[in-house]
Amino acid sequence: MIDYQQMLNKKIVDIKPSGIRKFFDIANEMDNVISLSVGEPDFQTPWHVRQAGIESLEMGRTWYTPNRGFTKLRQEISKYFERRFSVSYDPETQVLVTVGGSEAIDAALRCLAGPGDEVLIPQPSFVCYEPLTIMTGATPVIIETKMEDEFRLTVEEIEEKITDKTKILILPFPNNPTGAIMEREQLEEIAKVVEKHNLMVISDEIYSELTYGGKNHVSFASIDNMKERTIVVNGFSKSYAMTGWRLGYALGPKPIIDQLTKLHQYGIMSAPTTAQYAAIEALRNGDADIEEMRSQYEMRRRLVVGSFDRMGLECFEPLGAFYVFPCIKSTGLSSEEFCTRLLNSKRIAVVPGNAFGESGEGYVRVSYSYSLKHLSTALGRIEEFLKELKEEQKNND
Amino acid sequence: MDSLLKLLSENSSFTNAELAMMLGEPEDYIAAQIAEYEAQGIIKGYRALVNWEKVKGADVTALIEVRVSPKKVTGFDEVAERLMMFDEVDSLYLMAGAYDFAVFVKGKTIQDIASFVSRRLSTIDGVLSTATHFMLKRYKDGGVNIKEIDQQEDKRSMVL
Repeated sequence: MIDYQQMLNKKIVDIKPSGIRKFFDIANEMDNVISLSVGEPDFQTPWHVRQAGIESLEMGRTWYTPNRGFTKLRQEISKYFERRFSVSYDPETQVLVTVGGSEAIDAALRCLAGPGDEVLIPQPSFVCYEPLTIMTGATPVIIETKMEDEFRLTVEEIEEKITDKTKILILPFPNNPTGAIMEREQLEEIAKVVEKHNLMVISDEIYSELTYGGKNHVSFASIDNMKERTIVVNGFSKSYAMTGWRLGYALGPKPIIDQLTKLHQYGIMSAPTTAQYAAIEALRNGDADIEEMRSQYEMRRRLVVGSFDRMGLECFEPLGAFYVFPCIKSTGLSSEEFCTRLLNSKRIAVVPGNAFGESGEGYVRVSYSYSLKHLSTALGRIEEFLKELKEEQKNND
Repeated sequence: MDSLLKLLSENSSFTNAELAMMLGEPEDYIAAQIAEYEAQGIIKGYRALVNWEKVKGADVTALIEVRVSPKKVTGFDEVAERLMMFDEVDSLYLMAGAYDFAVFVKGKTIQDIASFVSRRLSTIDGVLSTATHFMLKRYKDGGVNIKEIDQQEDKRSMVL
């Protein structure tokens, strides 16, 4: 008998499975569940982009691409980033095409962090930063963002957690699950701390095209002197509804991209070829698609936020991504209790906030990456649920 | 296109409160706007989107191509006015190309439609010829993918 526990790396064994998954598995067992829990666009990849992928297959373009990704694609990424966010990157040396933004995050952490280093991770946030940091041997240090600050990261919160071991700051904005964004003035403040303490920043900007209320995304690399300290992670999944194509990229200073490329070369070889052809088309002719999807999300966001407001559910106005993160503390339930009861009594699935870090306790994540009709039905059921909870509270008093 | 009309054309059962939230406008503005559209005849009514394929004993539909000789003064309109009178005619379009009118006709049975064409349509003054095509299956209707309304299953899976 092999004792697999002995064989496995203890670091990976000790990492907890994702809390989003756990809840989804329960919901999956039930019938007629209306889900508001999925974290990817409901749109299909625009047809002209799919067609570019199909054409490349018809032409038999089925080989590896250069390790860094097609030159044409890197050039288009560079042009796009300058056009949208006013930061220019040299396609030859400062761009690496990766397997989704996820690979870029993993590679960036592995190239920068190691035993003895501390990595600052704001939470609530996407679930991958902490485990990936642990795998590098570095120590994750959690910064809890608060609803009072609209879940933005503040300078004071960073200063509190800085030690002489702090090396990296993760900037996950626009944020999953809170929908928070960071504006230029706030980033400028963060930049001062970054410079003062000689930190590197991994800025996960995967939701950069999904901001609302007239606010445009500001890339951290566009703040004075921050380009040289930042690895920007971005990709095609959210902006072009291309999640399944698995394509993202990292932008950063040459010495860092060189090492990322080495890691990518040994671990991955090159990102999917068909996806790269499709991505070139997306960057060249996809600006209108981004705008169309964004305006759809904007309507859905208003509907969900407005409805929660009418129901009396406390909720700060999220200006990014496609999530709303209402506070459910007034119900007297924990996040998990709230979600379990909502699922059992109304067959609505949302994700407990604590799946995104301890500080998410008291909140739930509601995805609005669904049709307006679907949202309208689901919101009706949530309203009924809240009314019933209130009745129950009254009777208990 | 006007966003309010677009939303209503996709789903007329949204409440004014919902529409107001989606569009970021006050509710009374939405109500007034809809009343205005109704008054102007821009919104002509609200109907359920029925998937007739699923209804037993539902109508048979045929597309009839009709060639006519236009009248001197009234052109095609006179024949069109005549065709529109029939309850059996569901929609009617004047076309460019090999024939003049595309007439969508509904009947209980194929025989109903056959007799409508031979007895009533072909005999109209000015009608030169007809070609009848029966509809076998509906894939997309009025902008709606029938397969999609049939199986509204979410194909996305939870990855993290």
